[in-house]
Amino acid sequence: MGKTVVIGTIGSDCHVVGNWIMARSLEQAGFKVVQLGACVSQEEFIDAAVEAKADAIFVSSLYGMGLFDSEGLREKCIEAGLKDILLYIGGYLVTTRQEWPDIEKQYKDIGFDRVYPPETKPAVAIADLKRDLGLS
Amino acid sequence: MGVILLIDFGSTYTKIRAVDLEKEEVVGSCQAPSTVDTDMTIGLQAAFDALLAQTGVGNTDIEGKLACSSAAGGLRLVASGLVPRLTTEAAKRAALGAGAKVIGVYSYQLTPKEIAELEQKRPDLVLLVGGTDGGNTEVILHNARMLANSDLVCPIVVAGNKVAAEEVEHILHTAGKYVAVAANVMPEVSQLNVEPTRAVIREMFMRRITHGKGLNKAERLVGSIIMPTPMAVLRGAALLAQGTPEEAGLGDLIVVDVGGATTDVDSLTEGNPTQPGVVAKGLPEPYAKRTVEGDLGIRYSAPHILEIAGEKRLRENLMARDEGLAGDLDLGAKLSYLSDHIDFVPQTQHDSHLDVALARSSVEIAMQRHAGVIETCYLPSGTVYLQHGKDLTQVKRVIGTGGIFSYGQHPRWILEGTLYSQREPLSLRPKAPEFFIDERYLLYAIGLLAEIAPEKALRIMKKHLRKV
Repeated sequence: MGKTVVIGTIGSDCHVVGNWIMARSLEQAGFKVVQLGACVSQEEFIDAAVEAKADAIFVSSLYGMGLFDSEGLREKCIEAGLKDILLYIGGYLVTTRQEWPDIEKQYKDIGFDRVYPPETKPAVAIADLKRDLGLS
Repeated sequence: MGVILLIDFGSTYTKIRAVDLEKEEVVGSCQAPSTVDTDMTIGLQAAFDALLAQTGVGNTDIEGKLACSSAAGGLRLVASGLVPRLTTEAAKRAALGAGAKVIGVYSYQLTPKEIAELEQKRPDLVLLVGGTDGGNTEVILHNARMLANSDLVCPIVVAGNKVAAEEVEHILHTAGKYVAVAANVMPEVSQLNVEPTRAVIREMFMRRITHGKGLNKAERLVGSIIMPTPMAVLRGAALLAQGTPEEAGLGDLIVVDVGGATTDVDSLTEGNPTQPGVVAKGLPEPYAKRTVEGDLGIRYSAPHILEIAGEKRLRENLMARDEGLAGDLDLGAKLSYLSDHIDFVPQTQHDSHLDVALARSSVEIAMQRHAGVIETCYLPSGTVYLQHGKDLTQVKRVIGTGGIFSYGQHPRWILEGTLYSQREPLSLRPKAPEFFIDERYLLYAIGLLAEIAPEKALRIMKKHLRKV
């Protein structure tokens, strides 16, 4: 059976273009996509992932508040019975001047499996996803 | 003359509306107290005798009969879903639109304690949902097994993940439960598909549930009872709003039905945002949306109105109608008297005024609960307005139905309780509608008649709406 990805832009962030490009690419790669759009709360990501029995949640954040918005998402997933779900995040993830490895570490520390800097090609994330799901 | 009888077996009254289809006229409307505890046909016969006396319409003139019922508690339903804000909410909306009275709502895996509670509630029907198509199957399968092992005897409608549907049906069927399967209420996350479930619930109601309510004898006289009364009202309202290919409807509208125990609000509109810069959020709303307030009504539920509205607000409404009464009335005592005497008919002008004030308060609260709200979000990039629920501000017609509008005074003032108010500026209630009343309590009859003659039903309804 096909794999399902829930995707959306987290928090109070209304930027959705990157989100749509990622969703389209995932669909073209054969994934089922549940598109939640803009301003998605952690609870909405989890609700959708539970109902759709998703394999991964793709979080987009473009306004620098990603860390603040995403903190606790992994814990809530565990509470909701989704302890093994893959959590990916991409976008403009911080507002401060930081080196990428630091940024990546901060996000991995709060429970993300993959973290992507701006201008990452969708194919990169899709290749990772396939690897993480044991599809390639 | 060919007359169609449209019958409503209500919990207090059995009503008949007689319609001449050729002339498109209502030729008679009668009611008699329902005889739920003994034999429903006694009340029916009394109503029928009254009709004969009123109009001379007898058996030989009658071409057909259609009936709905809300007697013996109506269609008491329990909904079980997965996530509260998703499939459970979808199940609730499907059930309400099918005219059910939702007496219990459960989410996630049913526990032994919840099953025990459910058995105690003795619902007429359980609606079991959960999982989008291709999504979660564990929970609905678990719940099917729990229900299979329970003492429940009522039918079960399954409307969850299509991947699990067959197995769920098998589990329940093997355990001797009566099961029917409908298409998933939520095939994709946040996508509602309530109509198939409504149709199956209705089918179950017709085939199985009315029999258990002492209505089978009545059914021999009137044919099968084809839907619960609130569904008939909602369908009547939908016909009036949408029209038919031949006959135009009135467009978006709201129906408020104030009863003794409950207040129903039906809105027939998409309810999309009407102001620029507002974004709709949450589950999409059904075009025909019904909400039932089980704690608002002018008899049985009268004491609750005081609780919810607060003494100050209720007294304000009373003052507006009857200054003499408002000052020294012991509201608590009076309202519990009304609650204990549900067939109380106003004796004095003061009694009538109290009824009007109670109805107005019920309408205000019910409308506030039904209408959508705006939530303001302050972002780095500016302010964003999120709309939860339906925007009703531009709805142009509000219709009152139920006893208080047929017999009571000040119908317009009661209906003005639906209006947009500066007191709750974020509640998206109608701003400048016209008000009408369904003086002869025809909406249910029109909903029934729509089954066989929608155009005629619509024209009759239009004729009988009175602007107030």
